[in-house]
Amino acid sequence: MFKWWSRKVTPVFLWLSLMLFTSPVYAAAESAASAGGADWPWWFWPLVLLVFCFVLGILAVLAGVGGGVLYVPLVSAFFPFHLDFVRGAGLFVALAGALMAGPGLLRRGLASLRLALPVALIASTFAIIGAFIGLSLPTTIVQILLGATIIFIAVLLLVSKNVEYPVVTKQDAIGLALGMYGSYIEETSGKVYEYKTHRTWGGLLIFVLIGLVAGMFGLGAGWANIPVLNLMMGAPLKISVATSKFLLSITDTSAAWVYLNKGGIIPLVAIPSIVGLMLGSLVGVKILARAKPAAIRYIVIVVLLFAGVRALLKGLGI
Amino acid sequence: MTQKEKELEHVPAEQKAYATLLLYGCWIGIGIMVITYFLYLSGIMDPYVTIDRVTDLWHLPSDEFLHRLDIPGGWGWTALLGYGDFLNFIGIVILGVLTIVGYLTLIPAYIKKKDFLFTSIAILEVLVLVLAASGILGGGAH
Repeated sequence: MFKWWSRKVTPVFLWLSLMLFTSPVYAAAESAASAGGADWPWWFWPLVLLVFCFVLGILAVLAGVGGGVLYVPLVSAFFPFHLDFVRGAGLFVALAGALMAGPGLLRRGLASLRLALPVALIASTFAIIGAFIGLSLPTTIVQILLGATIIFIAVLLLVSKNVEYPVVTKQDAIGLALGMYGSYIEETSGKVYEYKTHRTWGGLLIFVLIGLVAGMFGLGAGWANIPVLNLMMGAPLKISVATSKFLLSITDTSAAWVYLNKGGIIPLVAIPSIVGLMLGSLVGVKILARAKPAAIRYIVIVVLLFAGVRALLKGLGI
Repeated sequence: MTQKEKELEHVPAEQKAYATLLLYGCWIGIGIMVITYFLYLSGIMDPYVTIDRVTDLWHLPSDEFLHRLDIPGGWGWTALLGYGDFLNFIGIVILGVLTIVGYLTLIPAYIKKKDFLFTSIAILEVLVLVLAASGILGGGAH
């Protein structure tokens, strides 16, 4: 029954996602947004946002990206809210998703506190600085930088080839001192895999940049955490993905508080975003358990490129 | 021993405790958020700022938005919890506080293990997050 359902539903969502970004209704919403959104009754935008975020939640899970990275560029491009409120809500969207996923990943030993805590301290500290920079720069500059970052992320998603079990012949001294090693049970085979990190200093330094970007744009940072943990520091892919998701709950907390204290959260916008994305993610996980639509990933990359170019053009006033 | 039991045995106790805290805390936060949002939108509780005013001004930067609507910055919202719109912040703040509480549970666990490096990392992280949450870094300056 479920197999039938997922077989039928997956193409529908593929179609929906295409329609979402190309339909006349969407164009109408976009023109309403550019007019400031004032012509619509108050309930229009929260309702559209709830449905929009529900679909985004499904797409994000199927494409293997976090909610924040889709939410910020798309909502800022096509909804009437100021970028400050979109970034604030984006951080809480990413935070809520990470908090929901965290318990399962921690309990199964896939997310590792020993791996996460040192990098989280660096990323969360710099996320605060990033949030202040983001809130103090002129909106047009942030929009241009956001556009460039989103285009970079889309290219990164396209070209990055993660390694399931990276070979780490010798752990470096800092990795050893921080205890950045461990083991986990591979569910499919029941086999225990041991891992350790290398190039730890370089990895820690990159988390400075990741924290800054997460705070500045409210993006979450799974897209950056995973390649650094996996390709650079040598953590297995499953451990990298799970630790990255959990890591967001720490990095985004610090930046989210800055936005909250600076008035960057409007409940009318933030709550339907959080709830919509979480519901969408739950449905997405159900679909993902039965189907692996690779095409969704490419659609998301195209949508990200589109949103990035749009943010760039908006920032440049074109 | 089942696969699940093997996995649980594999995971440090402090990690399991942290996971349990996140699980319950997150669902409580989301539940409160949904209830308060309903109270707000249904008009059961009057808002401090009418929804029409919010939608008129949400295209403005956050500092100007607060200024035009005479909304206090930082933790000033706590004084306005009697209003439907500000009641929504309870659920939002629970999500923001969970990681801090989680880290507070890690500190005694690491002390007990005599893992002073991770005790220091956990204490530093709590300080960073509390500093961000406090609004000392300019949050109240609207």
